[in-house]
Amino acid sequence: METTATSHHAPPQGFLRKYVFSLDHKVIGKQYLDLALVAVVIGMVLSWLMRFHLGFPTTAVPGLGKLAPTAAAGGVITPELYLALMTMHGTIMVFFVLTTAPFAGFGNFVLPIQVGAEDMAFPRFNMMSFWVTFVAFLVLVAAFFVPEGPPISGWTAYAPLSAIGKDAGPGLGTGQTLWAVSIALFCVGQLLGALNFIATTLDLRTKGMTLMRMPLSTWAWFITSVIGLIAFSVLLPACILLILDRVAGTSFFIPGGLVVSDRLQPHSGGSPLLWQHLFWFFGHPEVYIAILPGFGIVSHILPVFARKPLLGPKVVLICLIAIAFLSYTVWGHHMFLSGMNPLSATLFSVPTLVITIPATIVVLLWIGTVYGARMRFTTPALFCLGFISVFVSGGISGFFLAQPSIDTYLHGTYFVVGHFHFVMGVAAMFGIFAGVYFWFPKMYGRMMNDKLGKLHFTLTLIGVYCVFMPMHYLGLAGNVRRYSTFTDDYMKGSLPLHRFITIAALFTGAVQLIFFYNLIHSRLRGAKAPDNPWQATSLEWSTSSPPPFDNFGGHHPVVTHGPNEYGVKGPTGDYIMQASSDQPVTS
Amino acid sequence: MGRLFAVVLAVITIVSAAIFIARIWWLPPDISVLGVGIDHQMTETMIASGVLFVVCQLVLAMFVWQYGDAGDARPIKTFPGGATPMVVIATILVSAEILVLTLVGTKVWGGIFLSPPDPSALHIDVQAEQFAYYFRYPGPDGKFGAIHPELIDDGNGNFFGLDPANDTAARDDIVSASLVIPVNKPILLTLHSKDVGHAFYVPELRIQQDFVPGLVIPLHFTATRLAKEEIVCTQLCGLGHYNMRAYLEVESLGQFQQWLKDHAP
Ligand code: HEM
Ligand SMILES: [Cu+2]
Ligand SMILES: [Cu+2]
Repeated sequence: METTATSHHAPPQGFLRKYVFSLDHKVIGKQYLDLALVAVVIGMVLSWLMRFHLGFPTTAVPGLGKLAPTAAAGGVITPELYLALMTMHGTIMVFFVLTTAPFAGFGNFVLPIQVGAEDMAFPRFNMMSFWVTFVAFLVLVAAFFVPEGPPISGWTAYAPLSAIGKDAGPGLGTGQTLWAVSIALFCVGQLLGALNFIATTLDLRTKGMTLMRMPLSTWAWFITSVIGLIAFSVLLPACILLILDRVAGTSFFIPGGLVVSDRLQPHSGGSPLLWQHLFWFFGHPEVYIAILPGFGIVSHILPVFARKPLLGPKVVLICLIAIAFLSYTVWGHHMFLSGMNPLSATLFSVPTLVITIPATIVVLLWIGTVYGARMRFTTPALFCLGFISVFVSGGISGFFLAQPSIDTYLHGTYFVVGHFHFVMGVAAMFGIFAGVYFWFPKMYGRMMNDKLGKLHFTLTLIGVYCVFMPMHYLGLAGNVRRYSTFTDDYMKGSLPLHRFITIAALFTGAVQLIFFYNLIHSRLRGAKAPDNPWQATSLEWSTSSPPPFDNFGGHHPVVTHGPNEYGVKGPTGDYIMQASSDQPVTS
Repeated sequence: MGRLFAVVLAVITIVSAAIFIARIWWLPPDISVLGVGIDHQMTETMIASGVLFVVCQLVLAMFVWQYGDAGDARPIKTFPGGATPMVVIATILVSAEILVLTLVGTKVWGGIFLSPPDPSALHIDVQAEQFAYYFRYPGPDGKFGAIHPELIDDGNGNFFGLDPANDTAARDDIVSASLVIPVNKPILLTLHSKDVGHAFYVPELRIQQDFVPGLVIPLHFTATRLAKEEIVCTQLCGLGHYNMRAYLEVESLGQFQQWLKDHAP
């Protein structure tokens, strides 16, 4: 498709325009990634506190007694503080890390360059998208500082617990309202972003960049935007209804006749299941918003380091689209035991199982790509391989949970926690790590340290398996989730395993310091990066590192090849750039 | 580095699988009629997906071990047959597995949640609240008294909001904090909540069901062994969630009848 894109904006002038209220998609992408970095540090510290308490339930956390004199008198975490930590951890991680980094962060930085555009279609919306998300984050974090503390109803905020208000428990007053406002704002931010991604992909592709020549990473961000557009436009009204129930006395999610804290609640006629349906209609697609960019990143990066074309790129694309479509038909698998009509459990179970078909195919195609390759084991390559491994592990536990007859045992146990941390926590994080190590040279013009990267990878891989595999064993033994302690008779036997997980989690957390060090040190002192350090083909590698403000220095690249030209005889090696005018020579 | 990864991955895979196979952590013994089917389904799934898990991880490790770039001029190879045969075989295998599991699984699920309770089932009414369960037996008249939310008063022990002064059916209702049932007798529970969402989970019975405020949800099962197990709440219900538990006591019919007599109001 030919574009007649004129310059959207001149080079920015002044500090504010350049670095703060920037319209440049590259700056906005980095801002999103920095936000995710701050969020992931907070989220991780919260998880350490939770894990510490689960492993050592009577030991005081050093210093915590001073920080939270009431919620953790003497430094030992109380049940309500535990739930507050859990709620904030889940919310921060799912929304402000796993949505912002792989989708909004990398998508913003890379997508326009990969399609050969100068910027996003709507740079002003793009800037708004980030700043609204930023405000959403501040609103959420503010919940730490209100008198009764953060909400305790989990990242799923099930009504009526989340809807009734103060009476339902600590943190369910102001804290919960802040939660709902934050998530509503977040939805607005992501809707603006998704619209932008869609318009940019459809309208701003450079000459020769046909849809079939788009790298799979861009395809994945595009598909993710379409999912996001639908998902967030359902969660947004759901949050507004929740806010209305909380502050305006409506009863969307609250039935009549409830007695909470000895008070008959002044509500009637609402349905708690309505919240669950709205939430999971968003929630299941949301998990794919977190993981599909990872699928794209792996499909894009793996061939670069395998030095051979991806196996079946069209099949991968069809599978991504199939997954996106199916992701809207399965939300009820979170509600098998929720009291909805048990017949619908079967109806939701079948598409859930069917979704494992495209997922399995993609995984097999990745593994098939490694066959006969000349793998270069750089850090980003290793994270791609790790991604495949952990995604297999998490996908397989999904196979259990997708069956109502087994979910009736495993729902509400650590098996589910193990499942979603593998697929969403770890796999999506590995996708992010792969992306950081891969695109860092393009973003900052410097290389990251590969030795430290490999150390980070190896220790993290071992760590996450030690943390999340045992959770499946706990779940099988019937150990329930969202409990702050397992010390008295119930589940006492699981304490040693919990302690093992805690130690592994603290170890894995410490290992991330290697990554932070590498990140900061490389930004300041890393070796200068060439334009195309990985000998990759896509357009971001045919411009300078970092790219000029308009991406290609005033000219528009002309695309003549697909992104998958590896293992061929090219002018400069075994690959042909997308914007190269040479014809491929098959060897 | 590739080889290190391959070894680490193989070790992780084998250790993880071995722990599953050795059943070091496993389901507690089943004490219910329908649990047999669930355990069977679980084992089937474990075998099918266990094979997939081990094969995927080990093949990945093998390829990584084998196909590192040694700097020689070894040409790249495409996967034998390309993508198509692999895709077709995967689709057929996974579809067949899904079909079998769904057919068998639906029967098991249906046995618990879609079939009507036995007509002779003992009906027990259950109310969940922050952070306790109360179980109500209808008493000699076989009828439950009506619930009046405005009369609920935990301080006075009127957990269900009964009105014995005006409601004859309520006068002989027996309310207990433990679920005491006779062995081998079909039980029908009706679950409702006083305040927020809760859940009923007894791992040994293999069943779990949410309490949803505003709904009355039936649940039936039959316990096959004398036992004392814990009922736990698995739906986050507030600060005391971790402490929301009760006992399930499965007794002989004689013991149960004696228990009813002892607890008559
Ligand atoms: C391979 C296909 C998958 C299947 C068959 C599957 C199936 C399921 C099922 C049935 C549940 C509900 C379990 C329960 O609550 O009892 C569940 C929970 C969950 N899954 Fe998956 N899943 C799959 C992949 C994924 C992926 C790719 C992600 C994320 C990237 C994901 C994230 C989650 C999350 C976050 C939850 C739990 C949410 C909560 O209760 O807090 N799943 N999955
Ligand atoms: Cu889901
Ligand atoms: Cu509860």
